[in-house]
Amino acid sequence: MCGIVGLFLKDDRLSADLGTMLSPMLEALSDRGPDSTGFAIYGESVGGNVKVTLYSSAGAEYLKSIAARAGIAVSSRIDLAIRHNHAVLALPSAAADRVVEWLSQNEPAIRITGIGERIEIYKDVGLPAEVIRHVDLKSMGGTHAIGHTRMATESAVTPSGAHPFSTGRDQCLVHNGSLSNHNSLRRMLSHDGFTFDTENDTEVAAAYLSWRMRQGMNLGVALEASLTDLDGFFTFVVGTESGFGVLRDPIACKPAVMAETESYVAFGTEYRALANLPGIAKARVWEPEPSQVYFWERGQ
Amino acid sequence: MRRVDLAETPLRTLNAELHEQRGKLTHGEWRIANPNGMHAVAVGVDAPLSIEIDGHVGYYCGGMNKQASIRINGTAGPAVAENIMSGSIHVRGDASQGAGATGRGGLLVIDGNASARCGIAMKGVDIVVRGNIGHLSAFMAQSGNLVVLGDAGEALGDSIYEARIFVRGSVKSLGADCVEKPMKAEHQSALVGLLARAGVTDVSISAFKRYGSARKLYHFHADNLGSY
Repeated sequence: MCGIVGLFLKDDRLSADLGTMLSPMLEALSDRGPDSTGFAIYGESVGGNVKVTLYSSAGAEYLKSIAARAGIAVSSRIDLAIRHNHAVLALPSAAADRVVEWLSQNEPAIRITGIGERIEIYKDVGLPAEVIRHVDLKSMGGTHAIGHTRMATESAVTPSGAHPFSTGRDQCLVHNGSLSNHNSLRRMLSHDGFTFDTENDTEVAAAYLSWRMRQGMNLGVALEASLTDLDGFFTFVVGTESGFGVLRDPIACKPAVMAETESYVAFGTEYRALANLPGIAKARVWEPEPSQVYFWERGQ
Repeated sequence: MRRVDLAETPLRTLNAELHEQRGKLTHGEWRIANPNGMHAVAVGVDAPLSIEIDGHVGYYCGGMNKQASIRINGTAGPAVAENIMSGSIHVRGDASQGAGATGRGGLLVIDGNASARCGIAMKGVDIVVRGNIGHLSAFMAQSGNLVVLGDAGEALGDSIYEARIFVRGSVKSLGADCVEKPMKAEHQSALVGLLARAGVTDVSISAFKRYGSARKLYHFHADNLGSY
């Protein structure tokens, strides 16, 4: 089970509606993944700053105090946006690195869900409708977004086990399926400097793609390489700063459907997720082929 | 004509109404709006109804169908016409995985492409696909006919028992124990009949090739160990 969705806007006039369009996509897949909900939104970059999204079950006031202390500790101005149990800290890139280090030393219970110029990642246990309301997804805008509703198999139902997983700046991954060689890959990637927050197989897949991109591959080539190196079944939707990609394993165990209009490209585990999109009745609707990398990038 | 809008009427109500037509037919023609990818639309119908569905359906549409003619003006999700017994199901768009799986009889026509495992374990259904079919189609097929006007994916007819497969385009690879067989007059006339039943009138049968079982895996044989 699990449900995944992706939405890539080709028409900038829709960017204010990104969250409003994504919300019913996630809610339609509630029954495929009632355990946890998460999504990554690629919004506006804030004056060259880096955004660090934090999660704390202790709530908004606690996150505010953390942000204030972090600002003092790294001697940097931090623009703070609180959304329920998430906080987005916007600050210069070098200061962001210092904040990450400060958090790991002083507030190890705070979880960093994503870092990047444009990405914000929100994820928590609970049904889509609940998480969407808590963080007010419908008010969020941007260029593209990916999301996930989770029915857990490979690791516990916790906020950190929810998707998307981010292992590189502005990169994230959602996954439907399960991988069988994630332990050996995790060991290999750990030797190469990656650290892992969970026992989750998807986090390993995300790190694998980040590792490949660090070697200089673009997302499309990295996804091609994953067909050889990952063992298991999967449908992936991957987000980067400029685009999103889709890949299904060679057996195509997990369902997938896509739709494209002049205004957007959308992915859903099932058509139900796409049914409420504007203009869907006239969209080109198709099933992505197994082992074929699909990739859309802005500015192409 | 009975019109049902699934944006207003619960799916269970629609399916219950369709089931009530068995033996006491009150509405012969049905038109269903806004399926929006719902699962199990018009499953288990057992009456000579004509049902037209406007939109895309999710899993299992028309499953276990008996007698009814169902037309889907959209795409179909996984396992459309699963275990169809009789009647016909016509998908005007593409169909997802496992179309016509385990079908016992009747006719499934897909105007677009069918993805993986089309006709898996088919047991008497006739399937006509205008487009291409995905990998592992007709896996363990037992009887019936699968006609493909486009191309077939990997491992066509893997571990096939019987059933006839006709493909007009290319076949990426044949599965274990599936072989090309000669197209004799009887097969040509069967193919003409199948195309006519599916309403396909614009295609010559000359380019079709026939595939079926080599019948080497019916019984365990140590020499075939590599194929199991």
